[in-house]
Amino acid sequence: MLEHFDIFLLEAVINGILLGGLLALLALGLNLIFGVIDVTWICYAELVMIGMYGMYFLVQYYGLPYYAAAPLAILIVAVLGALLHLLVIAPLLNAAPINQLLATGGVLFVLQSFATVAFGIDFRNLGIRLPVLQFADMHLSYSRLLAFGVALIGMLLVYLFMTRTFLGTAIRAIAQDRQIMPLMGVDAGRIYLITSALGGALAGLAACLLVLQYDVHPFVGLSFGPITFIICVLGGLGNFVGGFVAAFLFAQIISLGGLYSDLEWGYVLAFAFFIVMMFIRPAGLLARRS
Amino acid sequence: MLVVEGLVKRFGGFKAVNNVSFKVARGEILGLIGPNGSGKSTIFNMLSGTFPPTAGSIKFEGEEIAGLPPHRIINRGIGRTFQIPRPFHRLTIFENVALAGYFGQGRLSRANAEEAAERALAMVGLPTDRRASVEGLGAAGLKKLELAKALATAPKLLLADESLGGLDDNEMEQAADMLRRIRDELGITIIWVEHIMGVLMRVVDRVMVLDHGEKISEGLPAEVSSDPRVIEVYLGTDANAVQAAVARARG
Repeated sequence: MLEHFDIFLLEAVINGILLGGLLALLALGLNLIFGVIDVTWICYAELVMIGMYGMYFLVQYYGLPYYAAAPLAILIVAVLGALLHLLVIAPLLNAAPINQLLATGGVLFVLQSFATVAFGIDFRNLGIRLPVLQFADMHLSYSRLLAFGVALIGMLLVYLFMTRTFLGTAIRAIAQDRQIMPLMGVDAGRIYLITSALGGALAGLAACLLVLQYDVHPFVGLSFGPITFIICVLGGLGNFVGGFVAAFLFAQIISLGGLYSDLEWGYVLAFAFFIVMMFIRPAGLLARRS
Repeated sequence: MLVVEGLVKRFGGFKAVNNVSFKVARGEILGLIGPNGSGKSTIFNMLSGTFPPTAGSIKFEGEEIAGLPPHRIINRGIGRTFQIPRPFHRLTIFENVALAGYFGQGRLSRANAEEAAERALAMVGLPTDRRASVEGLGAAGLKKLELAKALATAPKLLLADESLGGLDDNEMEQAADMLRRIRDELGITIIWVEHIMGVLMRVVDRVMVLDHGEKISEGLPAEVSSDPRVIEVYLGTDANAVQAAVARARG
Protein backbone atom coordinates (compact mmCIF):
# COMPACT_ATOMS: atom_id res chain seq x y z
CA MET A 1 0.00 0.00 0.00
CA LEU A 2 2.69 2.45 1.06
CA GLU A 3 4.83 1.43 -1.86
CA HIS A 4 1.97 2.07 -4.24
CA PHE A 5 1.35 5.47 -2.76
CA ASP A 6 5.00 6.41 -3.21
CA ILE A 7 4.82 5.53 -6.89
CA PHE A 8 1.72 7.69 -7.33
CA LEU A 9 3.44 10.50 -5.50
CA LEU A 10 6.52 10.21 -7.71
CA GLU A 11 4.36 10.08 -10.82
CA ALA A 12 2.53 13.23 -9.71
CA VAL A 13 5.81 15.01 -9.00
CA ILE A 14 7.16 14.08 -12.42
CA ASN A 15 3.94 15.13 -14.15
CA GLY A 16 4.10 18.39 -12.21
CA ILE A 17 7.60 19.01 -13.51
CA LEU A 18 6.50 18.23 -17.06
CA LEU A 19 3.52 20.59 -16.75
CA GLY A 20 5.82 23.20 -15.22
CA GLY A 21 8.00 23.31 -18.33
CA LEU A 22 5.01 24.05 -20.53
CA LEU A 23 3.60 26.66 -18.16
CA ALA A 24 7.05 28.27 -17.94
CA LEU A 25 7.13 28.57 -21.73
CA LEU A 26 3.69 30.23 -21.75
CA ALA A 27 4.73 32.56 -18.93
CA LEU A 28 7.96 33.50 -20.73
CA GLY A 29 6.07 34.85 -23.75
CA LEU A 30 3.70 36.94 -21.66
CA ASN A 31 6.55 38.15 -19.43
CA LEU A 32 8.64 39.11 -22.44
CA ILE A 33 5.89 41.37 -23.78
CA PHE A 34 5.20 42.89 -20.39
CA GLY A 35 8.86 43.29 -19.45
CA VAL A 36 9.85 44.95 -22.70
CA ILE A 37 6.78 46.83 -23.95
CA ASP A 38 5.09 47.31 -20.56
CA VAL A 39 1.79 46.04 -21.94
CA THR A 40 -0.11 42.93 -20.85
CA TRP A 41 -1.46 40.85 -23.69
CA ILE A 42 -4.70 39.66 -22.08
CA CYS A 43 -5.34 37.81 -25.34
CA TYR A 44 -2.08 35.83 -25.12
CA ALA A 45 -3.79 32.44 -24.69
CA GLU A 46 -6.04 33.22 -27.66
CA LEU A 47 -2.93 33.54 -29.82
CA VAL A 48 -2.08 30.04 -28.61
CA MET A 49 -5.59 28.94 -29.57
CA ILE A 50 -5.12 30.31 -33.11
CA GLY A 51 -1.80 28.46 -33.28
CA MET A 52 -3.51 25.22 -32.24
CA TYR A 53 -6.10 25.72 -35.00
CA GLY A 54 -3.23 26.42 -37.37
CA MET A 55 -1.70 23.06 -36.45
CA TYR A 56 -5.07 21.32 -36.80
CA PHE A 57 -5.67 22.64 -40.30
CA LEU A 58 -2.10 22.16 -41.50
CA VAL A 59 -2.05 18.55 -40.30
CA GLN A 60 -5.64 17.39 -40.80
CA TYR A 61 -6.68 19.50 -43.79
CA TYR A 62 -3.47 19.99 -45.76
CA GLY A 63 -1.98 16.69 -44.69
CA LEU A 64 1.37 18.09 -43.60
CA PRO A 65 3.42 15.97 -41.21
CA TYR A 66 3.57 17.32 -37.66
CA TYR A 67 7.20 18.44 -37.88
CA ALA A 68 6.58 20.40 -41.09
CA ALA A 69 3.42 22.00 -39.75
CA ALA A 70 4.97 23.16 -36.48
CA PRO A 71 7.39 25.78 -37.93
CA LEU A 72 4.58 27.14 -40.12
CA ALA A 73 2.21 27.44 -37.16
CA ILE A 74 4.93 29.21 -35.15
CA LEU A 75 5.47 31.62 -38.04
CA ILE A 76 1.72 32.31 -38.32
CA VAL A 77 1.42 33.20 -34.65
CA ALA A 78 4.63 35.28 -34.79
CA VAL A 79 3.11 37.33 -37.61
CA LEU A 80 -0.09 37.60 -35.58
CA GLY A 81 1.93 38.91 -32.61
CA ALA A 82 3.60 41.52 -34.83
CA LEU A 83 0.21 42.55 -36.26
CA LEU A 84 -1.27 42.78 -32.76
CA HIS A 85 1.51 45.20 -31.90
CA LEU A 86 1.22 47.28 -35.06
CA LEU A 87 -2.56 47.52 -35.12
CA VAL A 88 -3.52 47.62 -31.44
CA ILE A 89 -0.56 48.27 -29.12
CA ALA A 90 1.54 50.78 -31.08
CA PRO A 91 -1.28 53.35 -31.35
CA LEU A 92 -1.92 52.96 -27.60
CA LEU A 93 1.70 52.90 -26.46
CA ASN A 94 1.39 56.13 -24.51
CA ALA A 95 -2.23 55.62 -23.47
CA ALA A 96 -3.32 54.78 -19.92
CA PRO A 97 -2.56 51.14 -18.97
CA ILE A 98 -6.28 50.43 -18.47
CA ASN A 99 -6.95 51.36 -22.11
CA GLN A 100 -4.21 49.00 -23.30
CA LEU A 101 -5.63 46.28 -21.07
CA LEU A 102 -9.15 46.79 -22.39
CA ALA A 103 -7.92 46.86 -25.99
CA THR A 104 -6.08 43.53 -25.70
CA GLY A 105 -9.10 42.22 -23.77
CA GLY A 106 -11.16 43.24 -26.79
CA VAL A 107 -8.81 41.31 -29.04
CA LEU A 108 -9.42 38.26 -26.82
CA PHE A 109 -13.15 38.35 -27.62
CA VAL A 110 -12.53 39.15 -31.28
CA LEU A 111 -10.29 36.07 -31.62
CA GLN A 112 -12.70 33.85 -29.66
CA SER A 113 -15.68 34.99 -31.70
CA PHE A 114 -13.73 34.73 -34.93
CA ALA A 115 -12.75 31.15 -34.10
CA THR A 116 -16.35 30.30 -33.21
CA VAL A 117 -17.67 31.69 -36.50
CA ALA A 118 -14.89 30.36 -38.68
CA PHE A 119 -14.19 26.97 -37.12
CA GLY A 120 -17.36 26.18 -35.13
CA ILE A 121 -17.50 25.03 -31.54
CA ASP A 122 -16.48 21.43 -32.21
CA PHE A 123 -13.55 19.98 -30.30
CA ARG A 124 -10.85 19.06 -32.80
CA ASN A 125 -7.59 17.22 -32.52
CA LEU A 126 -4.68 16.23 -34.70
CA GLY A 127 -5.56 12.59 -34.65
CA ILE A 128 -2.06 11.91 -33.39
CA ARG A 129 -1.88 9.86 -30.23
CA LEU A 130 1.59 9.44 -28.87
CA PRO A 131 2.17 6.32 -26.80
CA VAL A 132 2.33 6.29 -23.03
CA LEU A 133 5.61 5.36 -21.45
CA GLN A 134 5.24 2.74 -18.73
CA PHE A 135 8.10 2.75 -16.33
CA ALA A 136 8.15 1.23 -12.84
CA ASP A 137 4.35 1.26 -12.57
CA MET A 138 4.25 4.92 -13.64
CA HIS A 139 2.40 6.21 -16.69
CA LEU A 140 4.11 9.10 -18.43
CA SER A 141 2.83 10.27 -21.79
CA TYR A 142 5.32 10.92 -24.57
CA SER A 143 3.43 14.07 -25.55
CA ARG A 144 4.16 15.53 -22.12
CA LEU A 145 7.79 14.47 -22.21
CA LEU A 146 8.16 15.97 -25.69
CA ALA A 147 6.41 19.18 -24.61
CA PHE A 148 8.69 19.48 -21.61
CA GLY A 149 11.87 18.90 -23.60
CA VAL A 150 10.95 21.24 -26.45
CA ALA A 151 9.74 23.93 -24.03
CA LEU A 152 13.09 23.82 -22.23
CA ILE A 153 15.01 24.00 -25.51
CA GLY A 154 12.82 26.93 -26.63
CA MET A 155 13.47 28.78 -23.39
CA LEU A 156 17.21 28.08 -23.65
CA LEU A 157 17.27 29.52 -27.18
CA VAL A 158 15.46 32.65 -26.00
CA TYR A 159 17.94 32.95 -23.12
CA LEU A 160 20.90 32.69 -25.50
CA PHE A 161 19.33 35.21 -27.87
CA MET A 162 18.68 37.65 -25.03
CA THR A 163 22.18 37.40 -23.55
CA ARG A 164 24.46 36.73 -26.52
CA THR A 165 23.20 39.14 -29.21
CA PHE A 166 23.09 42.92 -29.31
CA LEU A 167 19.46 42.77 -30.39
CA GLY A 168 18.63 40.63 -27.34
CA THR A 169 20.65 42.94 -25.10
CA ALA A 170 18.74 45.92 -26.47
CA ILE A 171 15.45 44.09 -25.81
CA ARG A 172 16.50 43.51 -22.19
CA ALA A 173 17.71 47.06 -21.78
CA ILE A 174 14.85 48.95 -23.39
CA ALA A 175 12.48 48.00 -20.58
CA GLN A 176 14.61 50.06 -18.19
CA ASP A 177 14.69 53.29 -20.14
CA ARG A 178 12.51 53.76 -23.19
CA GLN A 179 13.75 57.25 -23.98
CA ILE A 180 17.47 56.67 -23.98
CA MET A 181 17.53 53.76 -26.43
CA PRO A 182 16.77 55.85 -29.53
CA LEU A 183 19.62 58.17 -28.50
CA MET A 184 21.97 55.19 -28.60
CA GLY A 185 20.90 54.63 -32.19
CA VAL A 186 18.21 52.04 -31.50
CA ASP A 187 14.93 52.20 -33.39
CA ALA A 188 12.57 51.52 -30.47
CA GLY A 189 9.60 50.79 -32.74
CA ARG A 190 11.60 48.05 -34.45
CA ILE A 191 12.63 46.53 -31.10
CA TYR A 192 8.99 46.40 -30.01
CA LEU A 193 7.94 44.80 -33.28
CA ILE A 194 10.64 42.13 -33.02
CA THR A 195 9.75 41.48 -29.37
CA SER A 196 6.06 41.11 -30.29
CA ALA A 197 6.90 38.67 -33.07
CA LEU A 198 9.09 36.72 -30.62
CA GLY A 199 6.28 36.70 -28.04
CA GLY A 200 3.95 35.43 -30.78
CA ALA A 201 6.46 32.77 -31.81
CA LEU A 202 6.60 31.51 -28.21
CA ALA A 203 2.79 31.33 -28.16
CA GLY A 204 3.01 29.41 -31.44
CA LEU A 205 5.55 26.98 -30.00
CA ALA A 206 3.32 26.43 -26.97
CA ALA A 207 0.41 25.81 -29.35
CA CYS A 208 2.35 23.10 -31.20
CA LEU A 209 3.02 21.34 -27.89
CA LEU A 210 -0.42 21.81 -26.34
CA VAL A 211 -2.23 20.52 -29.41
CA LEU A 212 -0.63 17.12 -28.80
CA GLN A 213 -2.29 16.93 -25.38
CA TYR A 214 -5.54 18.85 -25.68
CA ASP A 215 -8.34 19.22 -28.19
CA VAL A 216 -8.68 22.68 -29.70
CA HIS A 217 -11.91 24.68 -29.53
CA PRO A 218 -12.60 28.44 -29.55
CA PHE A 219 -12.53 28.68 -25.74
CA VAL A 220 -9.45 26.55 -25.10
CA GLY A 221 -7.52 29.71 -24.17
CA LEU A 222 -9.60 30.00 -21.02
CA SER A 223 -8.14 26.78 -19.64
CA PHE A 224 -4.57 28.09 -19.53
CA GLY A 225 -4.76 31.88 -20.07
CA PRO A 226 -5.66 32.75 -16.46
CA ILE A 227 -3.04 30.32 -15.10
CA THR A 228 -0.34 31.86 -17.29
CA PHE A 229 -1.29 35.33 -16.18
CA ILE A 230 -1.32 34.36 -12.51
CA ILE A 231 2.07 32.65 -12.81
CA CYS A 232 3.52 35.84 -14.27
CA VAL A 233 2.06 37.91 -11.44
CA LEU A 234 3.29 35.37 -8.87
CA GLY A 235 6.81 35.55 -10.29
CA GLY A 236 6.63 39.32 -10.59
CA LEU A 237 5.34 40.65 -13.93
CA GLY A 238 8.22 41.04 -16.34
CA ASN A 239 10.59 38.98 -14.16
CA PHE A 240 11.74 36.09 -16.39
CA VAL A 241 13.40 34.04 -13.65
CA GLY A 242 10.49 34.65 -11.26
CA GLY A 243 8.03 33.44 -13.88
CA PHE A 244 10.12 30.32 -14.46
CA VAL A 245 10.21 29.43 -10.75
CA ALA A 246 6.52 30.27 -10.26
CA ALA A 247 5.52 28.05 -13.20
CA PHE A 248 7.16 24.98 -11.65
CA LEU A 249 5.82 25.79 -8.19
CA PHE A 250 2.31 26.27 -9.52
CA ALA A 251 2.44 23.12 -11.64
CA GLN A 252 3.62 21.12 -8.64
CA ILE A 253 0.75 22.36 -6.48
CA ILE A 254 -1.74 21.49 -9.22
CA SER A 255 -0.25 18.06 -9.73
CA LEU A 256 0.18 17.13 -6.06
CA GLY A 257 -3.13 18.72 -5.08
CA GLY A 258 -4.84 16.62 -7.70
CA LEU A 259 -3.20 13.46 -6.31
CA TYR A 260 -5.22 13.44 -3.10
CA SER A 261 -8.54 14.12 -4.73
CA ASP A 262 -9.94 15.28 -8.07
CA LEU A 263 -7.67 17.18 -10.44
CA GLU A 264 -9.85 20.26 -9.92
CA TRP A 265 -8.75 20.35 -6.29
CA GLY A 266 -5.24 20.95 -7.52
CA TYR A 267 -6.43 24.12 -9.21
CA VAL A 268 -8.35 25.22 -6.11
CA LEU A 269 -5.21 24.80 -4.00
CA ALA A 270 -3.01 26.54 -6.58
CA PHE A 271 -5.27 29.57 -6.85
CA ALA A 272 -5.69 29.75 -3.08
CA PHE A 273 -1.91 29.68 -2.81
CA PHE A 274 -1.74 32.53 -5.29
CA ILE A 275 -4.19 34.65 -3.29
CA VAL A 276 -2.25 34.06 -0.07
CA MET A 277 1.03 34.91 -1.82
CA MET A 278 -0.46 38.17 -3.02
CA PHE A 279 -0.77 39.16 0.63
CA ILE A 280 2.70 37.96 1.59
CA ARG A 281 4.72 38.96 -1.48
CA PRO A 282 2.59 41.27 -3.60
CA ALA A 283 5.49 42.24 -5.87
CA GLY A 284 6.25 38.62 -6.78
CA LEU A 285 8.23 35.68 -5.45
CA LEU A 286 11.68 36.99 -6.27
CA ALA A 287 11.02 40.66 -5.64
CA ARG A 288 13.65 42.42 -3.61
CA ARG A 289 12.38 43.78 -0.35
CA SER A 290 12.27 47.55 -0.59
CA MET B 1 29.81 71.22 -40.25
CA LEU B 2 26.64 72.26 -38.42
CA VAL B 3 24.51 75.18 -39.58
CA VAL B 4 21.47 76.09 -37.49
CA GLU B 5 19.14 78.77 -38.78
CA GLY B 6 16.08 80.40 -37.21
CA LEU B 7 15.51 77.59 -34.73
CA VAL B 8 12.23 77.93 -32.80
CA LYS B 9 10.62 75.63 -30.23
CA ARG B 10 7.25 76.44 -28.75
CA PHE B 11 5.64 74.42 -25.94
CA GLY B 12 2.03 75.61 -26.03
CA GLY B 13 2.28 79.37 -25.72
CA PHE B 14 5.79 79.27 -24.25
CA LYS B 15 8.72 79.95 -26.55
CA ALA B 16 11.56 77.82 -25.16
CA VAL B 17 13.85 78.68 -28.07
CA ASN B 18 13.28 81.79 -30.17
CA ASN B 19 14.95 82.27 -33.53
CA VAL B 20 18.43 80.99 -32.68
CA SER B 21 21.04 80.68 -35.44
CA PHE B 22 24.63 79.51 -35.14
CA LYS B 23 27.35 77.58 -36.92
CA VAL B 24 29.87 75.07 -35.71
CA ALA B 25 33.08 74.53 -37.67
CA ARG B 26 34.76 71.13 -37.96
CA GLY B 27 37.18 70.48 -35.11
CA GLU B 28 35.82 73.26 -32.96
CA ILE B 29 34.70 73.17 -29.32
CA LEU B 30 31.70 75.46 -28.90
CA GLY B 31 30.55 76.27 -25.37
CA LEU B 32 26.83 76.80 -24.86
CA ILE B 33 25.98 78.57 -21.64
CA GLY B 34 22.98 80.27 -20.07
CA PRO B 35 20.95 80.20 -16.88
CA ASN B 36 18.48 77.41 -16.09
CA GLY B 37 15.56 77.45 -18.52
CA SER B 38 17.44 79.52 -21.09
CA GLY B 39 16.85 76.88 -23.78
CA LYS B 40 20.21 75.06 -23.86
CA SER B 41 18.81 71.59 -23.31
CA THR B 42 15.90 72.30 -25.67
CA ILE B 43 18.40 73.09 -28.42
CA PHE B 44 20.27 69.86 -27.64
CA ASN B 45 17.03 67.90 -27.75
CA MET B 46 16.25 69.27 -31.21
CA LEU B 47 19.78 68.62 -32.46
CA SER B 48 19.64 65.00 -31.25
CA GLY B 49 16.07 64.47 -32.48
CA THR B 50 14.32 63.96 -29.14
CA PHE B 51 11.66 66.34 -30.45
CA PRO B 52 11.33 68.26 -33.72
CA PRO B 53 11.73 72.07 -33.91
CA THR B 54 8.61 74.20 -34.36
CA ALA B 55 10.44 76.10 -37.09
CA GLY B 56 13.94 76.54 -38.45
CA SER B 57 16.56 74.42 -40.12
CA ILE B 58 19.38 72.22 -38.83
CA LYS B 59 21.91 71.27 -41.50
CA PHE B 60 24.57 68.71 -40.62
CA GLU B 61 27.28 68.24 -43.25
CA GLY B 62 25.04 70.03 -45.73
CA GLU B 63 21.96 67.87 -45.14
CA GLU B 64 18.78 68.83 -43.34
CA ILE B 65 18.31 66.75 -40.18
CA ALA B 66 15.61 68.75 -38.36
CA GLY B 67 12.77 66.43 -37.35
CA LEU B 68 14.59 63.15 -38.07
CA PRO B 69 14.13 60.45 -35.39
CA PRO B 70 17.01 60.15 -32.90
CA HIS B 71 18.35 56.83 -34.18
CA ARG B 72 18.75 58.28 -37.69
CA ILE B 73 20.54 61.35 -36.38
CA ILE B 74 22.94 59.27 -34.31
CA ASN B 75 23.67 57.06 -37.32
CA ARG B 76 24.65 60.20 -39.24
CA GLY B 77 27.27 60.98 -36.61
CA ILE B 78 25.84 63.14 -33.85
CA GLY B 79 26.45 61.60 -30.43
CA ARG B 80 25.10 62.86 -27.15
CA THR B 81 25.72 62.62 -23.42
CA PHE B 82 23.18 63.46 -20.75
CA GLN B 83 23.20 65.85 -17.85
CA ILE B 84 22.02 63.01 -15.64
CA PRO B 85 23.85 59.76 -16.52
CA ARG B 86 21.41 57.10 -17.64
CA PRO B 87 23.26 53.78 -17.90
CA PHE B 88 21.46 50.45 -18.05
CA HIS B 89 22.08 49.12 -14.56
CA ARG B 90 21.27 45.52 -15.43
CA LEU B 91 24.00 45.46 -18.10
CA THR B 92 27.75 45.51 -17.51
CA ILE B 93 29.81 48.60 -18.29
CA PHE B 94 31.13 46.91 -21.42
CA GLU B 95 27.64 45.86 -22.59
CA ASN B 96 26.37 49.41 -22.15
CA VAL B 97 29.12 50.83 -24.32
CA ALA B 98 29.16 48.01 -26.90
CA LEU B 99 25.39 48.32 -27.30
CA ALA B 100 25.78 52.01 -28.13
CA GLY B 101 28.62 51.09 -30.50
CA TYR B 102 26.57 48.48 -32.31
CA PHE B 103 23.34 50.41 -32.82
CA GLY B 104 24.91 53.87 -32.94
CA GLN B 105 27.05 52.89 -35.90
CA GLY B 106 24.14 51.34 -37.77
CA ARG B 107 24.64 47.69 -36.75
CA LEU B 108 27.89 47.03 -38.58
CA SER B 109 29.22 43.98 -36.80
CA ARG B 110 29.83 42.58 -33.33
CA ALA B 111 33.59 42.85 -33.75
CA ASN B 112 33.34 46.49 -34.80
CA ALA B 113 31.07 47.32 -31.84
CA GLU B 114 33.33 45.58 -29.33
CA GLU B 115 36.42 47.26 -30.71
CA ALA B 116 34.69 50.66 -30.55
CA ALA B 117 33.66 49.93 -26.96
CA GLU B 118 37.21 49.00 -25.96
CA ARG B 119 38.65 52.13 -27.53
CA ALA B 120 36.00 54.36 -25.96
CA LEU B 121 36.47 52.85 -22.50
CA ALA B 122 40.24 53.20 -22.75
CA MET B 123 39.85 56.80 -23.91
CA VAL B 124 37.76 57.85 -20.89
CA GLY B 125 39.75 55.71 -18.47
CA LEU B 126 37.20 53.06 -17.47
CA PRO B 127 38.03 49.35 -17.09
CA THR B 128 37.74 47.40 -20.35
CA ASP B 129 37.09 44.23 -18.32
CA ARG B 130 33.92 42.73 -19.78
CA ARG B 131 32.42 41.78 -16.44
CA ALA B 132 32.85 45.10 -14.63
CA SER B 133 29.51 46.18 -13.20
CA VAL B 134 27.86 49.60 -13.42
CA GLU B 135 27.05 49.40 -9.71
CA GLY B 136 29.75 51.05 -7.67
CA LEU B 137 30.64 53.69 -10.24
CA GLY B 138 30.66 57.11 -8.58
CA ALA B 139 29.44 60.36 -10.11
CA ALA B 140 32.70 60.78 -12.02
CA GLY B 141 32.62 57.16 -13.23
CA LEU B 142 29.04 57.47 -14.47
CA LYS B 143 29.93 60.63 -16.39
CA LYS B 144 32.82 58.75 -17.98
CA LEU B 145 30.45 55.92 -18.90
CA GLU B 146 28.09 58.42 -20.56
CA LEU B 147 31.00 59.80 -22.53
CA ALA B 148 32.21 56.33 -23.51
CA LYS B 149 28.72 55.40 -24.76
CA ALA B 150 28.60 58.52 -26.91
CA LEU B 151 32.15 57.95 -28.23
CA ALA B 152 31.40 54.32 -29.14
CA THR B 153 28.79 55.54 -31.62
CA ALA B 154 31.72 57.07 -33.58
CA PRO B 155 30.31 60.59 -33.66
CA LYS B 156 31.65 63.39 -35.82
CA LEU B 157 29.86 65.88 -33.59
CA LEU B 158 29.51 65.29 -29.85
CA LEU B 159 26.80 67.04 -27.85
CA ALA B 160 28.04 67.07 -24.25
CA ASP B 161 25.24 68.05 -21.87
CA GLU B 162 26.41 69.70 -18.63
CA SER B 163 28.89 66.96 -18.23
CA LEU B 164 30.58 68.27 -15.11
CA GLY B 165 27.70 68.76 -12.67
CA GLY B 166 28.27 66.83 -9.42
CA LEU B 167 32.06 66.60 -9.74
CA ASP B 168 34.71 68.10 -7.45
CA ASP B 169 37.25 70.65 -8.73
CA ASN B 170 39.88 68.08 -9.54
CA GLU B 171 37.46 65.77 -11.39
CA MET B 172 36.10 68.78 -13.25
CA GLU B 173 39.53 69.75 -14.53
CA GLN B 174 40.17 66.16 -15.63
CA ALA B 175 36.84 66.00 -17.46
CA ALA B 176 37.51 69.28 -19.24
CA ASP B 177 40.91 68.00 -20.34
CA MET B 178 39.18 64.83 -21.53
CA LEU B 179 36.89 66.79 -23.87
CA ARG B 180 39.89 68.62 -25.26
CA ARG B 181 41.72 65.31 -25.81
CA ILE B 182 38.67 63.89 -27.56
CA ARG B 183 38.78 66.80 -29.95
CA ASP B 184 42.57 66.78 -30.38
CA GLU B 185 43.12 63.01 -30.67
CA LEU B 186 39.88 61.82 -32.27
CA GLY B 187 39.10 64.95 -34.27
CA ILE B 188 35.56 65.09 -32.91
CA THR B 189 33.76 68.42 -33.02
CA ILE B 190 32.08 69.26 -29.69
CA ILE B 191 29.23 71.41 -28.46
CA TRP B 192 29.46 71.63 -24.69
CA VAL B 193 26.59 72.77 -22.52
CA GLU B 194 27.74 73.69 -19.04
CA HIS B 195 26.78 75.53 -15.88
CA ILE B 196 30.27 75.82 -14.48
CA MET B 197 31.79 78.63 -16.48
CA GLY B 198 35.37 78.76 -15.27
CA VAL B 199 36.41 75.35 -16.56
CA LEU B 200 34.42 75.70 -19.76
CA MET B 201 36.06 79.01 -20.62
CA ARG B 202 39.48 77.40 -20.39
CA VAL B 203 38.76 74.68 -22.94
CA VAL B 204 36.30 76.02 -25.53
CA ASP B 205 37.23 77.87 -28.72
CA ARG B 206 34.04 79.93 -28.83
CA VAL B 207 31.10 80.54 -26.51
CA MET B 208 27.45 81.17 -27.22
CA VAL B 209 25.23 82.59 -24.47
CA LEU B 210 21.48 82.04 -24.27
CA ASP B 211 18.89 83.80 -22.15
CA HIS B 212 15.12 83.23 -22.25
CA GLY B 213 15.50 81.19 -25.43
CA GLU B 214 17.43 83.86 -27.33
CA LYS B 215 21.07 84.16 -28.27
CA ILE B 216 22.45 87.23 -26.51
CA SER B 217 26.16 86.87 -27.18
CA GLU B 218 28.66 84.82 -29.14
CA GLY B 219 32.40 84.99 -29.52
CA LEU B 220 35.75 84.17 -27.94
CA PRO B 221 35.65 83.35 -24.21
CA ALA B 222 37.39 86.60 -23.29
CA GLU B 223 35.01 88.71 -25.38
CA VAL B 224 31.90 87.01 -24.07
CA SER B 225 32.86 87.16 -20.43
CA SER B 226 33.38 90.92 -20.68
CA ASP B 227 30.17 91.50 -22.69
CA PRO B 228 27.97 93.75 -20.49
CA ARG B 229 24.78 91.95 -21.56
CA VAL B 230 26.20 88.60 -20.54
CA ILE B 231 27.39 89.95 -17.21
CA GLU B 232 23.99 91.51 -16.63
CA VAL B 233 21.71 88.56 -17.38
CA TYR B 234 23.83 85.57 -16.57
CA LEU B 235 27.09 86.06 -14.80
CA GLY B 236 25.91 88.49 -12.14
CA THR B 237 28.13 88.17 -9.13
CA ASP B 238 30.08 85.35 -10.79
CA ALA B 239 31.55 87.74 -13.36
CA ASN B 240 34.70 88.43 -11.40
CA ALA B 241 35.29 84.76 -10.78
CA VAL B 242 34.88 84.00 -14.47
CA GLN B 243 37.20 86.74 -15.60
CA ALA B 244 39.75 85.57 -13.09
CA ALA B 245 39.43 82.04 -14.45
CA VAL B 246 39.91 83.25 -18.01
CA ALA B 247 42.96 85.28 -16.98
CA ARG B 248 44.38 82.25 -15.20
CA ALA B 249 43.78 80.06 -18.22
CA ARG B 250 45.66 82.49 -20.42
CA GLY B 251 48.57 82.10 -18.06
